[in-house]
Amino acid sequence: MAAQNLQSVPDQPGATQEPKPNEGQDQLEADGQAYFDRVMADDSRIEPKDWMPAAYRKTLLRQISQHAHSEIIGMQPEANWISRAPSLKRKAILMAKVQDEAGHGLYLYSAAETLGQSRDQMMDDLIAGKARYSSIFNYPALTWADMGAIGWLVDGAAICNQVPLCRASYGPYGRAMVRICKEESFHQRQGFEILLELSNGTPAQKQMAQDAVNRWYAPALMMFGPPDDDSPNSKQSMAWNIKRFSNDELRSRFVGMMVEQVRVLGLTLPDSEVRFNEDTKKWEHGPLDWNEFKEVLAGRGPCNSQRLERRRQAHDDGAWVREAAASYAAKQVNKQKEYAA
Amino acid sequence: MSTPETQEITGHGDISVGVAGAGASGDGSASATRITPGNALRPEDIALEVRTGLARPTEDVAEYALRLGDDALILAQRLGHWISRAPELEEDVALGNIALDQLGHARSFLSYAAGAWDKTEDDLAYFRREHEFRSAHLFEQPNGDFAVTIARQFVVSYYQFELYRRLTQSTDATLAAIAAKAVKEVDYHRDHSTQWVLRLAGGTDESRRRMIHGFKLIWPYVGELFVDDELTTRLTQAGAAVEPSSLRADFDRLTGEVFQEAELEVPDVPAAPGGGRRGQHSEHLGYVLAEMQVLAREHPGASW
Repeated sequence: MAAQNLQSVPDQPGATQEPKPNEGQDQLEADGQAYFDRVMADDSRIEPKDWMPAAYRKTLLRQISQHAHSEIIGMQPEANWISRAPSLKRKAILMAKVQDEAGHGLYLYSAAETLGQSRDQMMDDLIAGKARYSSIFNYPALTWADMGAIGWLVDGAAICNQVPLCRASYGPYGRAMVRICKEESFHQRQGFEILLELSNGTPAQKQMAQDAVNRWYAPALMMFGPPDDDSPNSKQSMAWNIKRFSNDELRSRFVGMMVEQVRVLGLTLPDSEVRFNEDTKKWEHGPLDWNEFKEVLAGRGPCNSQRLERRRQAHDDGAWVREAAASYAAKQVNKQKEYAA
Repeated sequence: MSTPETQEITGHGDISVGVAGAGASGDGSASATRITPGNALRPEDIALEVRTGLARPTEDVAEYALRLGDDALILAQRLGHWISRAPELEEDVALGNIALDQLGHARSFLSYAAGAWDKTEDDLAYFRREHEFRSAHLFEQPNGDFAVTIARQFVVSYYQFELYRRLTQSTDATLAAIAAKAVKEVDYHRDHSTQWVLRLAGGTDESRRRMIHGFKLIWPYVGELFVDDELTTRLTQAGAAVEPSSLRADFDRLTGEVFQEAELEVPDVPAAPGGGRRGQHSEHLGYVLAEMQVLAREHPGASW
């Protein structure tokens, strides 16, 4: 589809129309902008070598790298339960899930690299505390039921957010999201299954499940970002066909899905104000503590320091390994050159 | 029991390992996490066969399966710790994959063994006490730094490859089927650890020093892997198992080739006595089990 759409967008600068030497930089920019605008109007795709506005590049780089960082930091709360998973089957599923997240981080860093920043630089920014990642991962995974609640609510919210990103205007991002969303849906299902099993288990297990849902519900709703009237970047992202739906729209859809699913689980949402508004045809929820959201975002959450330190430590402890691999690779290249000479 | 011929050598990966044997089965990407519908033998299939009486191990075979299952389980538990802590993201994925493969083998062997005593894989994993585990000491050795983990994995994968390769010929159809699946995966583990031994030994001064130290720490526990006892002798005579001592020559030859290419010496360190097959473990296993079993034991009888 994307390729077909591109064909309806002729006159790409540099491709079909060589810029004349005397036209200068301004003309190049103007042609680029015109091409970019047509791609946006046709809801087609921008690819890495296409001209793009600096702000578009910057926005995408920020969003994709934040997404990658979220996958990497997001491994930690679940890795916390790999060693204690209560059955071997659950252990295998959890290991596979956390491993998938490393894979998602890899695709996303690769997508971000096509915008001109290296993975090393992004990793350095993360470790230096300069880059953000999803606030949700600054909450602790306290019980086994948190593996269920994270899968069901956190991955569920992520899917709502990410499915529309499969159509994002930047090609590498959209394509990475297609693959990621497939795996995320498996992640959500396994979370749902964990909770269902607990809910149908002993009273202590059911209590554990309800407690986890109670703790993760509000943070999961806040994953969609601030309310629309307090989300300054959303409008531009929607104009650029990166974001397709507003934060509140996605949040409302998510609440509607959870309302249905929590009944099947035999659990409740910790929100007495959830209702379907017949006038707006939208699901509504009770007030969220946006002050808490801002606090966690500013670094004052329960696990911010712990999460970054763990990433930093893995990075530092592994430095000698990466140096060894680089040194070995360089020596191999030299050997091949000597052999060829 | 006959020993299958080693298949044609095909190296793979982006660096040439130049090692006979590494990647011998040719499919280096074979893994438990890869979806292979139709021919993947799942632990659940074995549990079902056991429950419905289609397969039931003899007491001896169950004891033997317990050893192999415990080796893989304890190693998976160790390796799982690396996920989110590896030197680079690619290694989070790779070590996670190896841990998952090992866990899959453990689940298959334990599901089968459990059939002899009307138990489940989880009964065996979560409700046995330390002295009832039959893993060799090598598998419970701490991860240490990345070089120690690689040294341990290198030894394990060459040992398991030789073992499973022969076990595919077992007269016990279930052991043979588990081994047939496992050997493809372990072949990939061999390739992975060999590449890292070469990289670390031939990388920087520091990595070489650490690799040498890693092998020194691990090597005392190599001998136990190749010790025969009454059980293995009985089972080997029946054609169901492999005499551990019969694996040693190939193990020494193939690991020796890698040591040679890496310009490393086989560590000259005294062997530890072992005892894992009789339930005598090192100080490490108790902690591994305490962590692994804590939640299941808080809720006895619960299902998850």
